[in-house]
Amino acid sequence: MRWLIRKARLLDPANGIDRKGDLLIEEGKIARVGGEIRIDGEVSEIEAEGMTLTPSFIDIHVHLREPGREYAERIETGVRAAAAGGFGAVVCMPNTEPALDTHASIRFVIEEAERWGPVKVWPAGAITQGRKGEKLAEMGDLVRGGAVAVTDDGDPVADSDLMRRALEYSKSFDIPILTHPEDKTLSRGGVMNEGVVSTRLGLKGIPAAAEEIGIARDLRLAELSGGRLHVQHVSTAYGAELVRRAKERGLPVTGETAPHYVALTDESLAGYDTNRKMNPPLRTSRDRDALREALASGVLEVVATDHAPHGIHEKETEFDRAPFGVLGLETSFAVMLTHLVRPGHLSLPTLIERMTSGPAGVIGKEHLGIVEGRKASLTLFDTERSQVVDPSRFESLSRNTPFAGERLYGAIMGLFIGGDRIEPVQPEESNTRFPLPLTR
Amino acid sequence: MKLSRKHLLGLEGVSRSEIETILNTAESFKEILERKIPKVPTLRGKTAVNLFFEPSTRTRVSFELAEKRLSADSVSISTKMSSSEKGETLVDTVRNLEAMKVDFLIVRHSSAGAAHFLASRIDVAVINAGDGCHEHPTQALLDLFTIRQKFGSFEGLKVVIVGDALHSRVARSNLWGLGAVGADITICSPPTFLAPGMENFGARIESDLDKAIQGADVVMVLRIQMERQGQHFFPSLREYAMQYGISRKRADSLKDSCLIMHPGPMNRGVEIAPDVADGVRSVILDQVTNGVAVRMAVLYLLSGGELDDAMAH
Ligand SMILES: [Zn+2]
Repeated sequence: MRWLIRKARLLDPANGIDRKGDLLIEEGKIARVGGEIRIDGEVSEIEAEGMTLTPSFIDIHVHLREPGREYAERIETGVRAAAAGGFGAVVCMPNTEPALDTHASIRFVIEEAERWGPVKVWPAGAITQGRKGEKLAEMGDLVRGGAVAVTDDGDPVADSDLMRRALEYSKSFDIPILTHPEDKTLSRGGVMNEGVVSTRLGLKGIPAAAEEIGIARDLRLAELSGGRLHVQHVSTAYGAELVRRAKERGLPVTGETAPHYVALTDESLAGYDTNRKMNPPLRTSRDRDALREALASGVLEVVATDHAPHGIHEKETEFDRAPFGVLGLETSFAVMLTHLVRPGHLSLPTLIERMTSGPAGVIGKEHLGIVEGRKASLTLFDTERSQVVDPSRFESLSRNTPFAGERLYGAIMGLFIGGDRIEPVQPEESNTRFPLPLTR
Repeated sequence: MKLSRKHLLGLEGVSRSEIETILNTAESFKEILERKIPKVPTLRGKTAVNLFFEPSTRTRVSFELAEKRLSADSVSISTKMSSSEKGETLVDTVRNLEAMKVDFLIVRHSSAGAAHFLASRIDVAVINAGDGCHEHPTQALLDLFTIRQKFGSFEGLKVVIVGDALHSRVARSNLWGLGAVGADITICSPPTFLAPGMENFGARIESDLDKAIQGADVVMVLRIQMERQGQHFFPSLREYAMQYGISRKRADSLKDSCLIMHPGPMNRGVEIAPDVADGVRSVILDQVTNGVAVRMAVLYLLSGGELDDAMAH
């Protein structure tokens, strides 16, 4: 199958590409990139005037819940949701039940994902056996199985010596340690950001310091060990500042934040909406603004969603009893475009870097980009098209988005991965929006 | 005067004139309560459900009496929330209540926001009878009623709130209520019991109790919950009583006209000395009596009643 995408804005900031033109995909590869491409023979043309074509997005922080909580998400529905959000690859977290802490469990995820189409699922293995924070999991075997990183995400590794050894040991495999930084003795019992709003709502707060102490410790351990550290879901201004200083000192450190932290603040919890409850929590406008700057300057090189599906029965409850976590895959790009790019806090090219080459670099994957001869992995979107977020139409099995009912700009118009094309269909044609081509 | 709101979830955002409407209405009902037959047919045919997920005899009985005095049909449900999920969940409750025809839902719950949860899901007037550390609006209203009864107005009154402001829904509701009517508020707490940002809520913060109560017109004592011990908030009950308890000596240093209030139940000998609790300045029992009149007023006004008609019955 050959695809000719016509008159799109071709945007690949990491390779210095930003121009209008045509792009030809042949045998799963980018065959030609040019102004106006004329070819003979059978080709499927896509009129993309006014749309933008970029490398496909990568989300290095998602929870696919399988095995263990298949009522909230399955690998199948997770990759569907990823495709709907324009993602060609995701890194799934190992806090499943059981945890992804063995070679076999990593293989299970990869093979299950391959059944459902071309969207790549790269698992992260656990740092410790059973994520208990007691003994190292078999990191070498996890990597041999296909793990691209290790993390105990959901929890920090509380034991500092164990974290130090994990960072040291990881050096032989050249993988990053993804850290969920949190001092649990300080955050204990908390359900939202500690501040004026938690006081008003009468909810127990989680101070910013609980996260910042975790970040500060792990940065020191990274320096001590020489291991590669990636700081997950940075939600505070000072957290970003700590990452900036570590980079200034030349440490091999990277960092991410999520769309909700740069779009929302704790003020939006006034109605006790459990679909706005996550850990770390929504912070203040000061934090939000600092995180926007950290993304713009590259202090944080990654936008990752921390896509965390939960069943309706789990979220439809008292605020302090609801689990932490919100969906992200299907709204990530549109939230970033609407809340950051359109108001001028972030340029579109910078956003694309944070969603493509930035995350690829963290997990040591080649940035495929828009380069002739490379495998095609491309996302086509329309920045002028808007839609109201309707959770009932999500590909995800869960509905827990903080953006329900909001009009967001930035519609994903298609995804090209290898020889496959995934595009949205009209609701009357199918009950899924992004039908995935089965590869086997 | 009418209240143009459907629910009473808290005093945050409730205006001075709304509070005055409630207090004036309560005044009328207080008179009714002093009659030989203290009962009016005002809410005949209406149904109130008192849903208590957290035990509280005092508040529950006060609401039950208010409902009976207004001739409403009422049912009280005390149900335990258990972490093992065996207790009734709020969602179950919503489903069950939807099936019944209920006019008022009075809810007490250990989770902040529980009253909001119900109000946004069922078509019924919800009265928050205490949700976690958030608000307890009828308690603050009866406190305001009691203060106004003694002083006539709130202008220039110095009110000192003493104790665990961090976990106190009574303190939060009183901050909003007293603030709305123009009282001069001081919070006196160990710094561990001050909620973050509380200095922005219109109250002065003073951690020295002896300084705080100088010239006070009202000292509002908050309850120390015994489970706070061992949570690093204060070293011991003995030290708490020494630093922040209203002792005989401290009570004696107050102005003669100064009132001592407590939302109950009291820990005598901890936040308040036993003889102070039962002493001349204490209006703690008036608070209990006034609670019924204030709750009648809230029920009546939320049902669409008007102040001018309240006396007609
Ligand atoms: Zn995490």
